[in-house]
Amino acid sequence: MTSLDATNERLRALCDAAEISGARDEAPLGALRSAGREAFRTTGLPHTKLEEWRYTHLAPLSNLTLELPIAEAPVDRALVEALATPVFACGLAVFANGRPRNELFGLPTGDVELLPLSAGSPVLGSLVDVKLHPFAALNAALLDDGVIVRIPAGAQVEHPIHLVFVSSSPQASLISSPRVVIEAGAGSHAIVVQDHVSVAGGRPHVTNAVTEVRVGENAHLELAVLQREDDSDIHIANLAVHLERDSRFASHVVTLGGRLIRNDLTAVLAGAGADCTMHGLYVGTGERLIDNHTLVDHAVPNGTSRELYKGILADDSRGVFRGRVVVRPDAQKTDASQQNPNLLLSDGTEIDTKPQLEIYADDVKCSHGSAIGRIDEEALFYLRARGIGAREARALLTRGFAAEILAALPGQPLGEALTADFVARFATGAEQ
Amino acid sequence: MGDTLLEIQNLHARAGDAQILNGIDLTIRPGEVHAIMGPNGSGKSTLAGVLAGRPGYTVTDGAVRYEEKNLLELEAEERAREGIFLAFQYPVEIPGVTNNYFLKASVNAIREHRGEESLDAIDFLSLAKEKMAIVEMPKDLMGRSVNEGFSGGEKKRNEVLQMLLLEPKLAILDETDSGLDIDALRVVANGVNALRDENRSMLVITHYQRLLDYIVPDHVHVLAEGRIQRSGGKELAHELEEKGYSWLEEGASA
Repeated sequence: MTSLDATNERLRALCDAAEISGARDEAPLGALRSAGREAFRTTGLPHTKLEEWRYTHLAPLSNLTLELPIAEAPVDRALVEALATPVFACGLAVFANGRPRNELFGLPTGDVELLPLSAGSPVLGSLVDVKLHPFAALNAALLDDGVIVRIPAGAQVEHPIHLVFVSSSPQASLISSPRVVIEAGAGSHAIVVQDHVSVAGGRPHVTNAVTEVRVGENAHLELAVLQREDDSDIHIANLAVHLERDSRFASHVVTLGGRLIRNDLTAVLAGAGADCTMHGLYVGTGERLIDNHTLVDHAVPNGTSRELYKGILADDSRGVFRGRVVVRPDAQKTDASQQNPNLLLSDGTEIDTKPQLEIYADDVKCSHGSAIGRIDEEALFYLRARGIGAREARALLTRGFAAEILAALPGQPLGEALTADFVARFATGAEQ
Repeated sequence: MGDTLLEIQNLHARAGDAQILNGIDLTIRPGEVHAIMGPNGSGKSTLAGVLAGRPGYTVTDGAVRYEEKNLLELEAEERAREGIFLAFQYPVEIPGVTNNYFLKASVNAIREHRGEESLDAIDFLSLAKEKMAIVEMPKDLMGRSVNEGFSGGEKKRNEVLQMLLLEPKLAILDETDSGLDIDALRVVANGVNALRDENRSMLVITHYQRLLDYIVPDHVHVLAEGRIQRSGGKELAHELEEKGYSWLEEGASA
């Protein structure tokens, strides 16, 4: 039996255990869980023979013997405060291994409602097909609870809503299944920060998250997904966004930690005039593998999409970027662009980048490009000729490369906090 | 004029596989301004690059002493900290790094080397404002990425601003005048002249005599085929302007 087979067997047993403990569940959660169980029993984990998983071997995951998080995981108040302070949130919710711990840390969120999944949402389970996404199926099967972020129609929420997910695996490796639903009501404006961190020490933790977002008519939503867990942790994320007429959505997916990271981000421009921005920054040190699969689906006319994913790879890290843009026959006057520049800092790194444009309409403007480069030697000399040491000069140029994404994060304090985190991790993590 | 600041002896250097410098001898004392003129391909920029520590050059023979140190053994950043400044012919654009951040990092790297305290953001800003006025630099250029989207004239002003901030002992200006209109040239020259004093030396490399009307040199050297063919006072520049360089090349290869 291969280790992937063994892991599948183990995960199916965990699904069964979750079924027994969750037997009392009622609809809609019960239905979501059983659909997930059924789908995962059929598919199991994806393997590298599948095109979508060709470059991403799950060995770091299949080498673990996983357990479900049962006991209430401890959360350190100082850790939460250190994360929350620079974000300047208007509301804060804390989750330990996927479970809400708001009795300890919750902060009022004004107009915005933060609800348990049992409150029900038409969005929950509607945007991610568990039959197509094995990890989303596993998330549904193992689901404990999550959060529904309900932004009322017309609400103008100036400061971010900060969702902090703290993972910890003190003894055995645990798999947590965070689930986030965001309903941005018509004409509303809000910022949500989905922040993943882990408690240092212990065993590698697996986070298998699903986030579903519906952006209502003429609404504007910014979503930052921050992945800054321990270097041994695994993070699988499925993020699905549905944009209605004249809505605006921007995602900022920043990966600074973890051992294996796979992000599936799908945005469907379902209403005319929708505007979608996808920003990504992935930073590889050590043996980290970061895989970003994105899909922008232009289903109706007059949509705009802007995608920029930047990668910085050092040491023996690897990156995978696959960006699909689909322009359906009805989606005339679509304006889509996609860029994936990568900065490689050592010979041990590897990047597999593949833009994929599928255009079925004839009156559209689409562009894409990917680039792989190294530190610009002339720029390095310029800085050194001004007295700046070689190591600091490299760090400065690397930071400059990342700045385009970090500076565009919603809210200046968040951009500054992430820049500081980036600099701190990079200075210690990468051999220059 | 006191001791020697820079002494170049029999300098031979290659750029890649091409032999460019074929035995340069040049002595610069504190406070002197030397101009090096010469046709394209004569080795002017190679000389500037070798002195500043630009990668890609190999010194095959000769020696360069700077303040009793073997200059060729120092890294580029060490030369900068010891007071050598190269104004780039083509200043480099650095996306994502603000001009303000870059200049402050540079000033503080050099201050630290001199055993001086680092400037904080406020002290740096007031120093920068004072120097920016000299080169008539628009304030918004400080908040923008280094040289990104700057006009040709703004890039050269930015070079001179850096020079004013770093107060080098030896400033090497590598064709700082090329591509500038007369107004920009005057501003750049004013900035350079503001730094002239009895202890500061300059090596002004140019293709055109025009710059030397504004930055008046003590010595003019004519470089061709990797060697100094003639040296003289400032009147030599005018002679070159009238006759061009062709007579020199003939003379050199004869």
